[in-house]
Amino acid sequence: MIDTLRLTAEEAKRLLEAREISGAELFAAYRAAIDDRDEELHCYLHVCDDPGGDGLPIAVKDVIGTKGIPTTAGSKILEGYIPVYDSTVVARLRAHGLRVLGKTNTDEFAMGSSTENSAFGPSHNPWDPSRVPGGSGGGSAAAVSAGLAPWALGSDTGGSIKQPSALCGNVGLRPTYGTVSRYGIVAFASSLDQVGPVARTVRDCAYLYSIIAGRDPCDSTTVELPQPVDLPQAEDVRGLRIGVPKELNEAEGIEPGVAAAVEAAVQKLEELGAEVGECSLPLSVEYGMPCYYLIAPAEASSNLARYDGVRYGYRADAAERLEMYKRTRDEGFGDEPKRRIMVGTYALSAGYYEAYYGQAQKVRTVIKREHDALFETFDALVSPTSPTVAFPLGARTADPIAMYLSDLLTIPSCMAGLPGLSIPCGLSEGLPVGLQLVGPQFAENTLFRIGHALEQAIGFDTVPERLRS
Amino acid sequence: MAIDREQLLHVAHLARLELRDDEIERLEGQVNDILAAVSKVSELDLSDVPPTSHPLEVVNVWEDDEPRPCLPVAEALANAPEREGDFFRVPPGGAA
Repeated sequence: MIDTLRLTAEEAKRLLEAREISGAELFAAYRAAIDDRDEELHCYLHVCDDPGGDGLPIAVKDVIGTKGIPTTAGSKILEGYIPVYDSTVVARLRAHGLRVLGKTNTDEFAMGSSTENSAFGPSHNPWDPSRVPGGSGGGSAAAVSAGLAPWALGSDTGGSIKQPSALCGNVGLRPTYGTVSRYGIVAFASSLDQVGPVARTVRDCAYLYSIIAGRDPCDSTTVELPQPVDLPQAEDVRGLRIGVPKELNEAEGIEPGVAAAVEAAVQKLEELGAEVGECSLPLSVEYGMPCYYLIAPAEASSNLARYDGVRYGYRADAAERLEMYKRTRDEGFGDEPKRRIMVGTYALSAGYYEAYYGQAQKVRTVIKREHDALFETFDALVSPTSPTVAFPLGARTADPIAMYLSDLLTIPSCMAGLPGLSIPCGLSEGLPVGLQLVGPQFAENTLFRIGHALEQAIGFDTVPERLRS
Repeated sequence: MAIDREQLLHVAHLARLELRDDEIERLEGQVNDILAAVSKVSELDLSDVPPTSHPLEVVNVWEDDEPRPCLPVAEALANAPEREGDFFRVPPGGAA
């Protein structure tokens, strides 16, 4: 009997290699778990049949293009779209023998923090189905947490891997900008979008990252990793200097239970041998949100121009072409993409470009410099990933700005192109609390090392309490 | 900076969005709330700071100019809402 709730990818790989289980049995075990639990959780938008083979199964966020498998980005405008080529990341998974279990739910075009913006209905948090799993990659995070996949791919623009991983009690990595190809991914904000792994352990996360990372001639923003990925082993963090940025740890809106769990984990880091010191990111946190909510919508308004009803996706009936474009986009896009297209188009329009987009790009320089300066003293920075634990469905849907604040603590490092790892560090009100580790560019190995040591010391049980037997 | 109804409709036209009346009502409030929040960036005097368009310092990435197989026409057209022969078919152009 395969217990998909507890089986790590590493252990599954060992069982497959030792021929203690077959690839077919493993795939079938996840399919059975999906049949059993996904009606309640709605992690998947599409479930695949076993393509055969002996590789590990994996869930893939539905913004990531999969040849022959529907890819909707959570939007009606792409309903029925079946890519005719694989994204580079999926091609790399397949080259490693991995088998796609299905496509996971996401806020429409990855715009949101709860999956409630999905045109196909929200996903639910496996720890408490009346609550959100976070977003935009809530489907991937909830699937891994509920044992509906051993691991998954997500995508992150301002927190869409780290925040849902935090809310569902998983390990999630937003890699350094430029280390993972975006070729074949539904583009949202190109100067920010990154693909990354969601897993149940830091070692699984690191292993999946090693499969997808590296230069791709089809994405000219990608680079080769300066050093190979190390699977972390050490149980201490001796010699590492870890900064605690005041603004990321004391921001308004951080729940007391979240702050307490992170403080306890920072204490553990000291016990594990780290040198911990307070530091400051005075402008990054205060100006990160407004900066992000100019740059991301501006780039989104440009990227989403391609959905015009001509080459693929939804087309509305209309007698004339301009009318067809406008009606297609009105009927095909949901509220959040429309809001962002409107804000972004305005911010890029003649007379406003300098005041909005141009100024936001300068703020971005300030954020990058503030982080660079801290990395002269510290190897990594620590904070909560999300100010709150998973919130109830519906709690923030009426107020876009309240929803935007979900990403307050993940946005600054995204703006600077830095890697960030979220690991579960405890519970508050019975729900997982995520701890965020941010490092300088290409410092994934350092983050894995700290994350792994902390994970061993904390001993967090990633199986949601209500699913334990 | 606030955006009025006329500007909102102009921006919607630029973005090729035909908004319904109830959407215009809702978006006017929401877009103004968002613009008010993001206008915070103008508090900073950054006249001496260069912009960052991209967080990685990678410039002039060239590939060898070698022909590679591309998508067959049938596949390129496979998702077309409407086609005619080897072309995407669209309604006739009206006024721009």
